[in-house]
Amino acid sequence: MTAMKLMPDSADPIVKRHRLSTRMWHWLNALLLYILFTSGLGIFNAHPRLYWGAYGANFDPAWLELDRFGSWWTLPATYNLALSRHWHLTAAPIFAFALLAYMLWSVVNRHVGRDLAFRRDDLAPRHIWQDIKDHARLRFPTGAAALRYNVLQKASYIGVIFIALPLIILTGLTMSPGMNAAWPWLAELFGGRQSARSIHFITAFALVAFFLVHILMVLLAGPVNEVRSMITGRYKVPEERP
Amino acid sequence: MIVARRALLLGATAALTGCDRLARNETVRNALFSAENFHRWAQRSLMAREALAQEFRPDQISPVFRANGTANPNTPDYKAIWRTGFADWRLRVDGKVSRPLSLSLSQLRTLPHREQITRHDCVEGWSAIGKWRGVPLRTILDAAGLRQDARYIVFHCADDMGGGRPYYESIDLNDAFHPQTILAFALNDRPLSVANGAPLRLRVERQLGYKQAKYLMRIEAVDSIAQIGRGKGGFWEDYAGYDWYAGI
Repeated sequence: MTAMKLMPDSADPIVKRHRLSTRMWHWLNALLLYILFTSGLGIFNAHPRLYWGAYGANFDPAWLELDRFGSWWTLPATYNLALSRHWHLTAAPIFAFALLAYMLWSVVNRHVGRDLAFRRDDLAPRHIWQDIKDHARLRFPTGAAALRYNVLQKASYIGVIFIALPLIILTGLTMSPGMNAAWPWLAELFGGRQSARSIHFITAFALVAFFLVHILMVLLAGPVNEVRSMITGRYKVPEERP
Repeated sequence: MIVARRALLLGATAALTGCDRLARNETVRNALFSAENFHRWAQRSLMAREALAQEFRPDQISPVFRANGTANPNTPDYKAIWRTGFADWRLRVDGKVSRPLSLSLSQLRTLPHREQITRHDCVEGWSAIGKWRGVPLRTILDAAGLRQDARYIVFHCADDMGGGRPYYESIDLNDAFHPQTILAFALNDRPLSVANGAPLRLRVERQLGYKQAKYLMRIEAVDSIAQIGRGKGGFWEDYAGYDWYAGI
């Protein structure tokens, strides 16, 4: 989000907003998370029950029992556990290593330090409350303020990049009997394989919730400008409110 | 918003159909099916050769150990050996070994045992913890004298999966000589039930449930799995497209 002015004198200046690494990772993620979610539901359909603890099968109490997700939701559309797994396990390592690379690169190029990290005044209760009120009134920042992430945006991006995405990768690995032997601490960390499976499922839907809010915000903030800024990097700064 | 939602749903459906079409393309299919090689390489690089699967305390055992797959082979041959309490059953060990063996259940029971409380992870997602007792496969392979050119161990089973397709599975020597890889004849301190694979089943604890072949009849050492069944190394691998390496 380096705000480098390209046309400094126009009324609605166009600035370079998103870095190439951010744009590439964003669209790669859009594709991979889509494949992972739909193939994941295909895998879930093989046993649509969730448990807490190390074990859990048909005779054990489930905390959630669902019908199979319909063909609108799953990859492939008709139930095929083998193929769902092939999609899922092909996309997962690409997704995991891309996240790792993006995290490291974002620390190195100071994206985290400059754009995502909270500043002292971000966290003042009055400021947070103001930000919540602004969101509720759909009063989006204009002018130079539109080029910085606000505190709720920072919190959700940090939450997704540094908490939810690593969590879904690690709980996914915890379900692997091979990784169970390689890294026994994983199952300890999440309270057993079936707990990890439950957390994996919950996190997937938390990411769907993020996705829906994210899409809603893009639509409300000006979809053309927002999407263009994520494709070409160029962003038209909204005119300052009088 | 309704229009946007409809557009989103339509887009999602179109994308899913697109993905399904892609998966029928030979190159895409091969790429999807080869992720297994990455996972095998990554997991084997991360773990020590003898890294153990987690073992549990007796109070962590599942109240009911779910049986899956074939519940009873029900073939005339299997019924015959079942009627005698498996007294006439013999485990053949042959293929690329210097001393082929034929072992009875009582012979197996006199060999040194290993007991382990481990978690059985089904490819479908459920898990059950049980206490297994059996003979380390390594003991049998050492007694038979594995030949230099043996690369895989194939497990031939008594259950027919329909249309004369017997269940079989295979593992490589890395897992065959692993200390937790045993030929189990007891589950939770009782002789193995028919539903759980009587009289003998394989436990290969760092892989998923479909590798744990039940109703073992014959163990064959081979240099390649290409000549067995349809050549993918197991019944589910041949007929359903499951991964041969089931560590994930």
